[in-house]
Amino acid sequence: MATAQGAGAGQGLRLIAPPLLYAILMLAIPLLTILAYSFFRDDYLTVVREFTLDNYRAVWADPIFRAILLRSLAVAGLVTLTTVLLAFPVAYFLSFVVPPQRKALWLLLITIPFWTSYLIRVFLWKVILGYNGVVNSGLKSLGVIDQPLQFLLYNTGSIVMTLSHAYAPFAILPIYVALEKIDRSLLEAGRDLGESRAMTFWRVTLPLAMPGVVAAVLIVFIPTIGDYVTPTVIGGGKIPMVANMIQAQMLDIDNKPLGSAIAISSMAVVTALSLLFLLLNRRFLRVRA
Amino acid sequence: MSVAGRGSGLRVYAVAYLVFLYAPIALLPIFALNDATVIAFPLKDFTTRWFVQMVENAALRTALLNSLTIALSAAVLATSLGIFAARASTRYSFPAKGPIMGLIMLPLVLPEIIVAVSLLVVLLAAGVNLSIFTVILGHTLICMPFAVAILSTAFASLDTSLEEAAYDLGETRWSAFRLVILPLVMPGIMSALLMSFTVSLDEFIIAFFLAGNEPTLPTYIFSQLRFPKSIPMIMALGTMLVALSVVLLMLAEYFRRRGVARTGRTDSGGFL
Repeated sequence: MATAQGAGAGQGLRLIAPPLLYAILMLAIPLLTILAYSFFRDDYLTVVREFTLDNYRAVWADPIFRAILLRSLAVAGLVTLTTVLLAFPVAYFLSFVVPPQRKALWLLLITIPFWTSYLIRVFLWKVILGYNGVVNSGLKSLGVIDQPLQFLLYNTGSIVMTLSHAYAPFAILPIYVALEKIDRSLLEAGRDLGESRAMTFWRVTLPLAMPGVVAAVLIVFIPTIGDYVTPTVIGGGKIPMVANMIQAQMLDIDNKPLGSAIAISSMAVVTALSLLFLLLNRRFLRVRA
Repeated sequence: MSVAGRGSGLRVYAVAYLVFLYAPIALLPIFALNDATVIAFPLKDFTTRWFVQMVENAALRTALLNSLTIALSAAVLATSLGIFAARASTRYSFPAKGPIMGLIMLPLVLPEIIVAVSLLVVLLAAGVNLSIFTVILGHTLICMPFAVAILSTAFASLDTSLEEAAYDLGETRWSAFRLVILPLVMPGIMSALLMSFTVSLDEFIIAFFLAGNEPTLPTYIFSQLRFPKSIPMIMALGTMLVALSVVLLMLAEYFRRRGVARTGRTDSGGFL
């Protein structure tokens, strides 16, 4: 028995070796490298391998970095709130109302936009909201407005709108999966014990759906905070987020240690916030046996 | 009655949500076929000249060829690596399984900019020249978790007694894998290939950082967004790209359903 187990473990390790090796070479080592770079000194053309905390001092003392980080957090937070709130009823509809044989079709319809080019979708919002764009020209030809509305594009609101649209399917899927796992007899029990429909939802369905909501929040929040395309295209370069700052340091200014320190600092903030969020929701995550 | 009432309210909302999801995409073909240089209402005449302009564009052809090379290579590499990971994680238990699978699946939640800059720093430090080859390396990494997720479902639905029967009938571990397991998970493999291909074809950030001077379709599109006169052609290109993604996706869904049917389970639906 013990040898069979050992043989299985050996076989498993041999099988996992190629993908693991790839992930180590292409992910773990690069991540550790930028971590190391963030403690090195930049000397114009070369990176000097001397330990220093100057990069972090420079990053955190920089009011521009703090402002950009705060903006990124605010945008990602707003996007997360919007997507999750808008997605929950759709996930609920999919799980509780759609008959089982139609579920695959609905899921496919919801996931298709997610698989189409992200860049094209972002660009479309620019076309829709632009000065001579779809909304302005449409309203003008309908006689609603005389002059194009200028406030549609190049602001935080349009960035939030675009990102919410882009990440919508991300939020639906985890919530749907959590709702599907709910034992329907628990809901009947709630009703039988005299709870109203609303109270059953509030006290049974919602707490049991929370693991999916938590997953949805993280799955939307983490990538949106690092988004590069939307602030560039929709913000017109005037409303940079952290990804734009990292890109500028890494490529344009070519200060890799400072760029690494910005990347690591933002990652640390995002990780800390995610862990805090998990901690706050731990009682919901523990429920699931 | 109240159940039906609530259900229909939700249905209206869900349909409105779908309209919101699809409305921007619906604009692509409308303006790709509109004979005007600005994307604005009212619509002008019907034209196919933006598609003609797209087909005749040499820079675009280079970008397309690069993108297809990258997507095909990344799909094959990611799926091959994914087969190992999915088989290992569904069939065997081994030390540090959680952390190992966590590392392999990490690109799914990591912001792409982080993957891109960290790979860039390492590749430059290692003296590797940036080209479509380096983009393939990056895309393989981010496609791998998608492939593992799809393939794990395929491998998990396998009945181990089929494999044991093959051993009892004298097959070796490899021949049993080739003759029994591989045909059963083949739809999953096709699905993983198609999904990885789609992800790679549409990926922008990693290509932007790692391609050097080589254009890919998304980086070409990005470079053209600054020029208003290229916009109608980009609408035509976008129409083609979205149509291609939808076809690939439908194929992947078809293979996934065939896989579900082949292993005799009921369809729970969805990719993730």
